Amino acid sequence: MPALMTIQGMTHYFGGLRAVSNFGCAIQEGSIYGLIGPNGSGKTTIFNLITGIYKPTEGKILFDERDITAEKPYKIVQGGVARTFQNLRIFSNLTALDNIRIARQSSEKSSLASSILRTPGFLGEEKRIRKESLDLLDLMHLSDRAGEMAKNLPYGELRRLEIARALATNPKLILLDEPAAGMNPKEVEDLMSLIQRVRDQFKVTVFLIEHHMKVVMGICEYIKVIDFGETIAEGLPTVVGKDPKVLEAYLGKRGA
Amino acid sequence: MTRFKTPKLLITAAVVYGVIQALYSLGIINGYILHIINQSLIYVILAASLNLINGITGQFSLGHMGFAGIGAYVSGTLTTLIFKLNPSIPGSYLLFIVAILAGGLVAALVGFLIGFPSLRLKGDYLAIVTLGFGEIIRTVFNNIEYVGGPRGLLGIPKFSNFTVIFIVTFLSVAVIRNIIQSPHGRAMLSIRENELASELVGINTTRYKVLSFATGAFFAGIAGGLFAHLLQLAHPTQFGFSKSVEILIMIYAGGVGSLTGSIVAAFALTFLSEGLRLGIRALADATGLPIGGEWRMVIYALLLIFIMLFRNEGLMGTKESKVILIEEAD
Ligand SMILES: Nc1ncnc2c1ncn2[C@@H]1O[C@H](COP(=O)(O)OP(=O)(O)OP(=O)(O)O)[C@@H](O)[C@H]1O
Ligand SMILES: [Mg+2]
Repeated sequence: MPALMTIQGMTHYFGGLRAVSNFGCAIQEGSIYGLIGPNGSGKTTIFNLITGIYKPTEGKILFDERDITAEKPYKIVQGGVARTFQNLRIFSNLTALDNIRIARQSSEKSSLASSILRTPGFLGEEKRIRKESLDLLDLMHLSDRAGEMAKNLPYGELRRLEIARALATNPKLILLDEPAAGMNPKEVEDLMSLIQRVRDQFKVTVFLIEHHMKVVMGICEYIKVIDFGETIAEGLPTVVGKDPKVLEAYLGKRGA
Repeated sequence: MTRFKTPKLLITAAVVYGVIQALYSLGIINGYILHIINQSLIYVILAASLNLINGITGQFSLGHMGFAGIGAYVSGTLTTLIFKLNPSIPGSYLLFIVAILAGGLVAALVGFLIGFPSLRLKGDYLAIVTLGFGEIIRTVFNNIEYVGGPRGLLGIPKFSNFTVIFIVTFLSVAVIRNIIQSPHGRAMLSIRENELASELVGINTTRYKVLSFATGAFFAGIAGGLFAHLLQLAHPTQFGFSKSVEILIMIYAGGVGSLTGSIVAAFALTFLSEGLRLGIRALADATGLPIGGEWRMVIYALLLIFIMLFRNEGLMGTKESKVILIEEAD
């Protein structure tokens, strides 16, 4: 079976700094794929390259058998790649519901003219968007927050809201950048089961960056370890967890 | 079961129209007050359309009156030309409407031409470009002899009356409101909130920034056309930078992102400005001091500072009144 996403020889420079070096991966459909590495090792940059925020200096990104290396970010998202952000990027002055609706709607379905005239077709489409968005909030246990301004939600709920917003774009692949950051142990526990539930229910593939070892070792089926932009180890969690290079470069520094 | 929804905006507008019309025919409102109401209504279009660009989409435009100028000169030239050819032309109101629309469309086209290159770039290029644009437009009108040069375009037929202005303002507000409260408007709001996140939930942010800017320019052009046919002239100084700033003040005073705020502020500030003009003149006459109309802008600016200090989100914040808000069925 061909991989859902294949990256080959991806290198990226920021000026003279090589942030990502010859990165490659093949992510199987339906898997939970983990990416770990010390601070500043280039993990977020890899997500930024996949989603088209930066174009790689070298290399190629194939998604769903299509070359998306030079595509615009919104096109990549429309093609089925969604993401969350390490530092939340919520639409703060809009309601939780609107945060989801914006991701759920597609501009092709309601023309500007039908919006202005409020045609029956437009109203039906609005109803559908609203219902599906409320369902997503429900899944994330955020139903009672639908009408609340996003800026008034606590941190843990914002993390879930961002995952819901990413899912609202109907992705095949979802990139999660440190979703457990800032969560307490109970929330981390819930997050782990949430990610697995999302994968099963939405049939999405998950690409996960996480510092939290418990999460990575607990739910990832394959792990890649990078340091200074270079891949230093990869494989099954049990194998990677014992790799001396990993222990030294990554776990060693943080005392596992 | 679909519940019948009352068109609140339409009913409210009809009542307001009826009341003003009645007060005028009873002689409680004189022609002078009606003239200020007419101007206020045109400022409603200008403020609402700038709010779409600035308050909803978060793009900073400093040349909004430039687009009004385009609308004024294009429609004014068209109607004077037609009138010169045949003063008793049948269906003249229809021609007037066509001329106004043409002014709006040319303004939208120019908006697209200057918006597309500057809005594709990240950052506040639009502010700089529109600042230059406003001044260029003024200079262009000043130097085209065909449209009167520095004397302005004179002798434009008087087509704008209370009824026409009211209907066009109502339609403009309704269209802008329906855009805002639709997927397109929500896409624009998301750009204001976080442009990168907006792009990464699949929104073509460049397209929406240009759409918002060109739509705003269109309605500014319409407003300019109404002005030209109300005052029966179009003059380069009506459309310069300081006039654009007055519209900006309106949307900041009313609340950036609130259509209700724009409407209230357009009326309040137009009446206030007229009151100040009369007040300053009376003061100058009474005291013999050499104070002129330019003091109006000083008081205006002080007022803005006052609003920003004590209510920095403006009169309405981003909230909308029930009249503007479209109810959603669950
Ligand atoms: N836009 C940028 N311009 C210049 N340098 C950058 C830019 N973005 C990231 N970098 C640099 O690239 C390197 C990799 O950064 P990146 O954010 O990808 O690391 P990370 O692995 O996600 O780290 P963390 O675990 O702290 O999130 C760092 O040295 C960072 O300073
Ligand atoms: Mg990072």
